[in-house]
Amino acid sequence: MTTRTVEIGSSVGLHARPAALFVQAVTASGIAITIARPGGKPAPANSILGVMALGAKHGETVELASEAEGADAVLDSLVDLLKQDLDAEEG
Amino acid sequence: MSTTVVQGIGVSAGSAYGPVVRAGNPVTPPDNEAALPAAEVEPLIRGALEAVAKDLENRAASAEDTAASILSATAMLARDPGLADNAVERAVSGAGPATAIDGATQDYVNQFTELGGYFAERATDVRDVGDRAIATVLGVSPPGVPPMEKPSVLVARDLAPAETATLDRALVLAIVTEEGGRTSHTAILAAQMGIPAVVKVSEAKDFDDGHMVLVDGESGEVHLDPPPEVADALVQRRERRNKVLAGSTGPGTTKDGKAIPLLANIGGVEDAIAAGKADVEGVGLFRTEFVFLSSKTAPTVEEQTEIYRKVFEPFGERRVVVRTLDAGADKPLAFADLGSEENPALGRRGLRLSAELPELLDAQLEALSAAAHLTGADVRVMAPMVAIVEEAAWFARRVRENGLPKVGVMIEVPGAALRSEHVMAEVDFGSLGTNDLAQYTMAADRMQGELSDLLDPWQPALLDVIAAACHGASVNGKPMGVCGESAGDPLLALVLVGLGVTSLSMAPSKVPLVRYSLACHTFAQCQRLAHLARSARTAHDAREVVREHASADFTAVL
Repeated sequence: MTTRTVEIGSSVGLHARPAALFVQAVTASGIAITIARPGGKPAPANSILGVMALGAKHGETVELASEAEGADAVLDSLVDLLKQDLDAEEG
Repeated sequence: MSTTVVQGIGVSAGSAYGPVVRAGNPVTPPDNEAALPAAEVEPLIRGALEAVAKDLENRAASAEDTAASILSATAMLARDPGLADNAVERAVSGAGPATAIDGATQDYVNQFTELGGYFAERATDVRDVGDRAIATVLGVSPPGVPPMEKPSVLVARDLAPAETATLDRALVLAIVTEEGGRTSHTAILAAQMGIPAVVKVSEAKDFDDGHMVLVDGESGEVHLDPPPEVADALVQRRERRNKVLAGSTGPGTTKDGKAIPLLANIGGVEDAIAAGKADVEGVGLFRTEFVFLSSKTAPTVEEQTEIYRKVFEPFGERRVVVRTLDAGADKPLAFADLGSEENPALGRRGLRLSAELPELLDAQLEALSAAAHLTGADVRVMAPMVAIVEEAAWFARRVRENGLPKVGVMIEVPGAALRSEHVMAEVDFGSLGTNDLAQYTMAADRMQGELSDLLDPWQPALLDVIAAACHGASVNGKPMGVCGESAGDPLLALVLVGLGVTSLSMAPSKVPLVRYSLACHTFAQCQRLAHLARSARTAHDAREVVREHASADFTAVL
């Protein structure tokens, strides 16, 4: 099992555009990944509803996990994505 | 004939008068819906959700920018594997297909509602996706807006983005919803489409087809069955006002050219970005509590610098007046809790807390200084809850030691207002926090709704205290602004300017009317209005006499 922990960088938290970009990246990777709050129930990371329902705000931590082979590189890129302020590019 | 006036939140400006058309009889799954075999129900449910997604994407393709992105985002919800899996699971364990979709949808709606705020407003989008999928499996027409024959006011519990985005502007005069909020998709789309809209009108559930309503998307007022002549007059007045407001731009000045900078009150990065785009001359009050309230440990200088940089950047060279941490027993911080107090409003809060924990203040000042240098912003720092000269001097020294050139104090304690001449000698500017100043002048708790008459900013005693504070500032040649709610009242703003207030800071949405109000009056007229208000016996009389003597150009649009 490969895991990563990351703080949400988007100032609005993990919803709206940041959540959509994240879910699209997960879907594009083609591997099964889960996302959870520390100690919380993991949700499939390809579900925008599941991701938004975490209610993760700016500066809060989430855990990514995957059993798939080659997950290291994918999770690293997702960590980079979540660290950014994904809402910043808009407008 | 009596008119009912109800209050909601105005989210899209403009006004309209017309008959009610109710939208959306929600689609509900039949009672005791029969279960289907797993092999049959799974493709049925997945197919229905996919059909909803396709339909939303088709609408997105023919919609404008904002509408298109909202519709695509909603389509993404319909294609969510979590929603489909949840519904299929329910169907396989014996629920009918529509019941299963309904249950799965409600699961997410409940989670989002519980999260509150932004998430709660997204619940409508999820519910709409679910309802459309239910309509699909039941083979009935999707929920939503009925066909309209004549221009009408659309009334609904809430409108989903798919519905709002496809409204016919020629037929929908205005939108009124029982639910929703400022950032709900209905609100954003209505504003985009230029349809007046008021949300969160709980009374709208009793508005029936055919009744006449007058909707003011600015003030959030909705009048049910007003007499037609009243409605006409109101609509005309609103139209005049909207026209005037659209033409109200640029720096604030009185009719004879005295500059009164009009500034924004902000409380976070999102506010800063919005206000940075608004026609304001900077920020008159940046509340920094949000930087501290969310964390369990004191934020580092680096963390704070980064946040302040984001707040300052949108304002370029415009001023940003920052209020240092204003915490206390009523809004305790995990890392700066001095214990509970009998009277938090009168306790160790504001600068008094900073004096007990100077390392907190120093870290904040260091971060503000660093962010000011990074952005080149015109940053001015002021302390909350200053009561005596020694506090002003202590704070000013600390701010200047941190390389911040402009330092000020909030005037919210009557003691500081009465001794303003000496307090203001220590600093570069003052800012009246009229809400707290009213609370302390009238000995009336701001949190007690029943005491609101005592807290009326028109109380002549409060005006006297403000006049004293302005006098002390002017003796020193120092500016004295107002950053309380009273600055956003276009009539009271005239009185404040007449009393000697030199800048006004308010919610950005209130700036245009205040700007117009100033432009209709000379400084001498403002002074006369201030004199009349202070001579009045009661708060009510003060307001009435000012309204009566204000310029007719201005009162015509109130």
